[in-house]
Amino acid sequence: MTKQVITANRLDDGLAVFFDTHANWSASITEAAVVEKGEEADTLLATASNADNQLIVVGPYLIDVDQQGGKITPVRYREQIRTLGPSVRPDLGYQAK
Amino acid sequence: MALVKNNLVVKDSWVKVDDEGDLPAGDILVSLTRWTEDRDALLARKGQVGVCLKSDENPEQILQDLSFFQVIALEFPAFTDGRAYSYARLLRERHGYKDELRAVGNVLRDQVLLMHRCGFDAFEIKAPDEKALQIWLDAQKEMTTFYQPTGDGRKTVMSLRQRKRMARGAS
Amino acid sequence: MYKYDDYDQQLVDERIEQFRDQVNRRLSGELSEEEFRPLRLMNGVYLQLHAYMLRVAIPYGTMNSAQMRQFAYIARNYDKGYGHFTTRQNIQFNWPKLVDLPDILTELSKVQMHAIQTSGNCIRNTTTDQYAGASFDELEDPRPWCEIIRQWSTMHPEFTYLPRKFKMAVTGAPNDRAAVAIHDIGLRIRRDEQGELGFEVMVGGGLGRTPMIGKTICEFLPKEDLLSYLEAILRVYNQFGRRDNKYKARIKILVHEIGAEKFAELVEKEWEEIRDSALHLPAEEIEEISAHFTPPPFDVLPALSSSFSEKVGQDEKFAYWVQNNVREHKQQGYAIVNISLKPIGGIPGDISHAQMDVVADLADQFSFGEIRSTHEQNLVLAHVKRDDLYAVWLKLDEYGLATPNSGLITDLIACPGLDYCALANSRSIPLAQRISERFGELDRQHEIGKVQVKISGCINACTHHHVGHIGILGVDKKGQEFYQITLGGRADENAKIGKIVGAGLSTDEVVDAVETLINTYLGLRESKEETFLDAFNRVGETPFKEALYGAR
Repeated sequence: MTKQVITANRLDDGLAVFFDTHANWSASITEAAVVEKGEEADTLLATASNADNQLIVVGPYLIDVDQQGGKITPVRYREQIRTLGPSVRPDLGYQAK
Repeated sequence: MALVKNNLVVKDSWVKVDDEGDLPAGDILVSLTRWTEDRDALLARKGQVGVCLKSDENPEQILQDLSFFQVIALEFPAFTDGRAYSYARLLRERHGYKDELRAVGNVLRDQVLLMHRCGFDAFEIKAPDEKALQIWLDAQKEMTTFYQPTGDGRKTVMSLRQRKRMARGAS
Repeated sequence: MYKYDDYDQQLVDERIEQFRDQVNRRLSGELSEEEFRPLRLMNGVYLQLHAYMLRVAIPYGTMNSAQMRQFAYIARNYDKGYGHFTTRQNIQFNWPKLVDLPDILTELSKVQMHAIQTSGNCIRNTTTDQYAGASFDELEDPRPWCEIIRQWSTMHPEFTYLPRKFKMAVTGAPNDRAAVAIHDIGLRIRRDEQGELGFEVMVGGGLGRTPMIGKTICEFLPKEDLLSYLEAILRVYNQFGRRDNKYKARIKILVHEIGAEKFAELVEKEWEEIRDSALHLPAEEIEEISAHFTPPPFDVLPALSSSFSEKVGQDEKFAYWVQNNVREHKQQGYAIVNISLKPIGGIPGDISHAQMDVVADLADQFSFGEIRSTHEQNLVLAHVKRDDLYAVWLKLDEYGLATPNSGLITDLIACPGLDYCALANSRSIPLAQRISERFGELDRQHEIGKVQVKISGCINACTHHHVGHIGILGVDKKGQEFYQITLGGRADENAKIGKIVGAGLSTDEVVDAVETLINTYLGLRESKEETFLDAFNRVGETPFKEALYGAR
């Protein structure tokens, strides 16, 4: 079973965001709604891509994640970098907090 | 859908005709295919004729026939397909085409000024009349400074500078 | 350098208001992202992994101190305190908000800067020799021609929706520092038999998936015909360039598919029609624009400077820096200073706001207020008195800008890669940092001598890795970063595409592999004067390949 979450970039400031369980966009992947790849994921993506959301974010898409305990980690390192920030600047991005 | 021409929304009296079937009366717009196949029949009928070119149909193919057309419509299948900008300039500036040059297809607010600079004088805009006219009027006002000489008659920066130089020289 | 007149300023101001309106229409939903994307790109706004990115044009890599200070201001107030100089002589900010971008552009316009056409399928910022106007080997300063091209190409109504992006470069010197042969159009100023200056025109160079060296389609173009000839090339390309496949849409593919001769014929035919049009450049216009680039008021100085020689003798660190980062100037008593943005283990091309201010101050104090950016992601003070070099060096050194590695192995060129870029397949910067650290020891770098290492994080080849002496391309192999090495490329007047040397290497292997290549070179070179590239050209790839992969 592949788990997925929806990510996008926020329209006004461009930051990476994640579609959460309340159908809002969150800056933290830990709040993302985790769904099964397939129909469930596609349905959620349709909601995340609707006209209202097009005014909040740019280009929503699904990413594969590992879920262990409360922790959600993207599978691909590209997406890991998006949830953290530039690997060469630990002082910047979400990882800086 | 509205047709904007000469700062007005005008009624489109031209009927688009399929590649098959009878030719209706009145002014008609045909494809390049239809024109090539039914040239004689099209010329024999009453009423004016215009041709609509797809973006991969270079006007080179109709240069001999320009005098027969009262409208040439150039299609933008997507606003990112910019071939028709070159076609328009060539038709106007090199081949002396004087009648209506119509932009059709994906004709959007942020491109109509560029189209006008290249010689289009009619724009088929997918919007209600009032909105379409506003789109055209807004777009036209956005830029007033132009570097490139085209056939649109707008003054270029280079010509304005030259005039300044001459004025300086005269005084 | 060029100063806007009222017309130039008005165009930029109008463009900002147009963009402000486009941003508002996107935010209100009147424009879809699909419609907005090409519009924002045409104004240098990308959406990257973490945020928006703004690419600001530095026309042909020349800027003044006020402009540099404005970059510092923007970095401090709208970004995260730094900027990144790119391989096309521009600067990028990595964290601006979309809602702030119109205001940022307004701030830039106050110092005659803009982001027009720094992306999109249109004519991009023209690049040139970073030593233009200062180098002794130059036939003519290429920058007036770059400025003439800048104006002609800015918001060109016919060429704003080309099949693909379009890049031009101009060199005024026979020693090509502008890599003109790997541009869509490369212009080389040369002399004809009568001694007149004009342009050799090359077309269809480019890297990416299908790397190609440009082909000369005109041996000698009279200067006053430059714009009509460029318009002819672009018009042929706009009509006949492929639009069915993004990867085959660059002009190089058209030139390749129909052949350079046929392409030249089409251009010639088109050109004949427009040669005497309003594009013909009046002598007064050329003069007026060239007048902006007259040499600064140099002092008359002796050839030798005793105070300079004294400092070189006293301070070994300074001497090292002079040997590596200072170049000969055409004006007696002056020198060209290369400011390294490649500290050992640092991020190539990155510069903090404080460093920007320091460079601006130095330019004002010692180099007629002028600064250059280079396609190697460094900066240049083009006109420094030899007597002032020590003072300049002290200040640069204090701010970490005096790494004496210009042209050496740690002067690596690297794209932002997957640390920032949405297109990248792998990271570039961490690899650059590790190579830099591996070879960081100064004596060793000097022993190795001149060698260019270029690292791209994807096949778009922003760092021109195909023409690096050692090129490294990052690829993604089943979720892992791998690096493919090419050898023997060069971007100068003898431009050549390097050869892929073998299978991709893992992150763990690749730094060792570079060291193996360097050790192989050191082992087989005939003398210290024989550079890496010379040695490679003499012996071929086999010894290097065997050293990397074993004899097979």
